[in-house]
Amino acid sequence: MNAYNFAYLDEQTKRMIRRAILKGLAIPGYQVPFASREMPMPYGWGTGGVQVTAATLTPDDTFKVIDQGADDTTNAVSIRKFFERTAGVATTEDTGKATIIQTRHRIPETPLTEGQILVYQVPIPEPLRFLEPSEVETRKMHSLEEYGLMHVKLYEDISKHGAIATSYAYPVKVEDRYVMDPSPIPKFDNPKLSNCPAIQLFGAGREQRIYALPPYTRVVSLDFEDHPFDPSKADHCCDLCGSGESYLDEVIVDDDGGRMFVCSDTDYCRARRAAGHMGAQGVPYEEGAA
Amino acid sequence: MRAETLSGGFDDAPVDAAHAFRAAMSVMACPGRIEQIAGATPPPPLSVAAGTLILTLCDPETPLHLAKGHDTPEIRDWITFHTGAPFVARSKAMFALGDWAALLPLADYPIGTPEYPDRSTTLIVEVEALSARGATLRGPGIEDTATLSLPEVAALQANAAQFPLGLDFFFTAGAQIAALPRTTTLEAS
Repeated sequence: MNAYNFAYLDEQTKRMIRRAILKGLAIPGYQVPFASREMPMPYGWGTGGVQVTAATLTPDDTFKVIDQGADDTTNAVSIRKFFERTAGVATTEDTGKATIIQTRHRIPETPLTEGQILVYQVPIPEPLRFLEPSEVETRKMHSLEEYGLMHVKLYEDISKHGAIATSYAYPVKVEDRYVMDPSPIPKFDNPKLSNCPAIQLFGAGREQRIYALPPYTRVVSLDFEDHPFDPSKADHCCDLCGSGESYLDEVIVDDDGGRMFVCSDTDYCRARRAAGHMGAQGVPYEEGAA
Repeated sequence: MRAETLSGGFDDAPVDAAHAFRAAMSVMACPGRIEQIAGATPPPPLSVAAGTLILTLCDPETPLHLAKGHDTPEIRDWITFHTGAPFVARSKAMFALGDWAALLPLADYPIGTPEYPDRSTTLIVEVEALSARGATLRGPGIEDTATLSLPEVAALQANAAQFPLGLDFFFTAGAQIAALPRTTTLEAS
């Protein structure tokens, strides 16, 4: 690891990212442009999150990475190993022990606490992008607080499907000012964005944007009085740990249509099984067993 | 060139700057919080906290304004040697450094544009001391309310009223740092 500067990036790059993070925290929900660097991984693999993490890490941190809730998927393992090698930081899978958590598309089930930092990997930071392709226009719309188009989109969902069909990357309004893309987290996670004791940082590498939510920031999911926001999830309990509270993945287990629902947050599920909870298809927990 | 100009930088730049940034980020995210920040030994009257913050955030890409009292050859040389930040007038400044009275009036600094509210000055205000006694703070980053000693309330209230435009502030005293982003609303004690 001596061949790298601490946390891979050079100091001038980190300063540039740090300045963007500070302005992001000062204007919650506003997308700050930054000069995103080439990282040793492809766009779409979390280059924005990795740069934010690299600018935020200290050697005293304990680092956790999740990909759709799981600590053991390729993306999560690669990024964890990247910072083990380039920053020499301690790593963990335990949400409660981590000081910085980099996440792709989930917020951990275990409530976050003061002093923790959650870094999101963001593919498309602009919530209005699929409605208006021009950056000049969307910037103007944010500056004028002109968000009618977003409500039209949600209304069209209702007129076509009878309900708001947007199930992930569900748009939110921050402190009554900026409409923000919460990254493609399931809308089930949206309520956890608001009034969260942890600092939440969002990094979009390809799109070169950083934005942030300070702790205890008011974040409201857009909705209508007669169609209130509904943070839905699969109507099942986890088949491994029996939790009825957590967000579930549906897993196909054979060729005959057999399926099971399991917690998407692997650390949460493991901790519950270790504590003796068992779901419909669960087996007693054994330390070290898969 | 004076020998003091060359000394007083970070011993281990990546690690010292990382710790210093975390302190700066923590106070900006939680207005009213006071943290320790150290690592640099700048020439007087620059405080340890302000000097450390400048080494952490400033480089040749960040035009810096030195207010009267801090615009000395010693401080200029030290900042130039360690960061390379160009010195500019208030209207061009990305950062401004000085005592509260010397930094006024706030109307001289860029507050950003409606499309790019981030293009505003961050003021580093040197104060005598920082304490949790003073104006009442409300806003993002604060669970209920916080209190912080501030040099003045009216000008900072006027700044907050410009949101999403406006200036952001760091307050430094000795090795202590606190911050006040434009989102915080204030009530005099």
